[in-house]
Amino acid sequence: MRRIIKIYLQKPELVALVLLFALIVLFQWQSGGIFLNANNMRGMLGLLPEVALVAIGVTLLMICGEFDLSVGSVFALMPMTMAVLMTQGWPFTLAVSAGFAVCALVGLINGMLTIRFVIPSFIVTLGMLFMARSLTVVISGGFPPRLQTAEIPTWLFVSFVGPGQLFRMSFLWFVLIAVLVWVLLAKTNFGNWVRATGGFLPAARATGIPTARVKIACFVICAMLAGFAGLLQSLRIGSVLPSMGEGLELQAVAAAVIGGTALTGGIGTILGGIIGATLIRVIDNGMVLSRIDSNWFKFAVGGLTILAVVGNAWLRKRGRDMKVET
Amino acid sequence: MTEDTIIAVRDLHKWYSGVHALKGVSLDFRRNEAVGLVGDNGAGKSTLINILSGLHQQDEGEIVIEGKPVRFNGPRDAMDAGIETIYQYNSMVPNMSIARNIFIGRELMKFSIRRFGWLDEDRMRRESVTAIADVDLHLRSPDAMVGELSGGQRQGVAIARAMHFRSKVMILDEPTNHLSVKETNKVIGFVRSLAEQGVTAIFISHNMHHVMACCDRVVAMALGKVVLDKRVSDTSIDEIHAVL
Repeated sequence: MRRIIKIYLQKPELVALVLLFALIVLFQWQSGGIFLNANNMRGMLGLLPEVALVAIGVTLLMICGEFDLSVGSVFALMPMTMAVLMTQGWPFTLAVSAGFAVCALVGLINGMLTIRFVIPSFIVTLGMLFMARSLTVVISGGFPPRLQTAEIPTWLFVSFVGPGQLFRMSFLWFVLIAVLVWVLLAKTNFGNWVRATGGFLPAARATGIPTARVKIACFVICAMLAGFAGLLQSLRIGSVLPSMGEGLELQAVAAAVIGGTALTGGIGTILGGIIGATLIRVIDNGMVLSRIDSNWFKFAVGGLTILAVVGNAWLRKRGRDMKVET
Repeated sequence: MTEDTIIAVRDLHKWYSGVHALKGVSLDFRRNEAVGLVGDNGAGKSTLINILSGLHQQDEGEIVIEGKPVRFNGPRDAMDAGIETIYQYNSMVPNMSIARNIFIGRELMKFSIRRFGWLDEDRMRRESVTAIADVDLHLRSPDAMVGELSGGQRQGVAIARAMHFRSKVMILDEPTNHLSVKETNKVIGFVRSLAEQGVTAIFISHNMHHVMACCDRVVAMALGKVVLDKRVSDTSIDEIHAVL
């Protein structure tokens, strides 16, 4: 029994899960039952995949011991690339592939620079944040291009489906990708390498893991997930804005951290990142429903981030200090 | 080089940004022999070990394993050749379980495509329990995090890992650093038992008493060269100190 309690106390996503549950109860009560009704759920679940997909990528990368600040810019660059190419007459499939190729390239450059020149990924991706955002504006020519929705199978990404039209297709994509990345991290040898690389780099190297390639792969996955999330948002709102995704990189990091991912690497779970992202969406939505001045949103996210980390550190220590036979 | 030479090192040179760290080292390591490698900091012990374990590559010279010249491009090559290294800083990831740590980089898989595949967690767990029991270590669960173990227990898991993969040569780089007296004695006893199991041990230590207690032969290095190479029974701590 003690062993089980010990294991659960050390689960990195525990605090976030408790907070999420508490907030849902609070908002449900505050809003007089509106929070969990179908209409509101529909709105929340429609927005969730966008932040959550970015958070999944950032969480994976942080477990690997690296960091990506450029996701917010890639979030805009991907759909912008696609939209601009489509106005040039490219068919959807080619344009969307080109968009993903750009994301992969950004991830590759982030990873290569970080590893080749042994500089913190924080710096590399900070530079990329500006560069990718600038590119987005440059290729758009300053004006958002018209998204040629007639040629895009938007139903595949944003149409409402499910019982009572409760969620959008984007939610199914999100669930599918979340499961895939979770499997990758928890069930495959690649996941083992990611965790070892972020957990203790010298040990990973000494056991012959190709740590550079593992990190670069995580950078690429992270950038591509950010791009896909951007695509989902642009299809949902039916337009590509050069400013979309601004500030998203920090929300994604906050989501990962709230979910128990450590900045130092090696610790964290995909589920934690998703719970963190859900918490951010719940706060955003719940505050509106509770008629709280929405300018408090960032304050709440910030407070939650600190609270979750402090809570996590405390619980982990309690768990570690708990005496069981090894 | 004789019949039972397992690793022969010939005229090895290594420069680190202008520093001549190894100046023509030649050594033979024989089967079932425990060799103590001693020397001051900067004597070239670690450089030699890093080359033998594939972390670094020599600039000149040759390594011959069981009669075949080899060149290691990474730790994996050395492992595949049967050389396992246990480092002083511990080659374990603290936030991963014992079972996962034992199989890092050499995961057991249910199925795989090229190098990637689905982990066989049950088998890894089962085999790590056996591997740990084989080195006389008593841990209740293979799911415990390595970070929760004591220094001695961690070293034990590292040794269990090396034994599990049936290494022919085990390099122990200062394995007794930061260990209690009791744990140190356990490691020394273990090094002594390696020969019976047909494993060559290369034991690096600052502590001459530890080396004399568990090795058959002692090699002393100073300033990138071998300055003494004798059987333990033919030398003394005083003689080794004199050449260093």
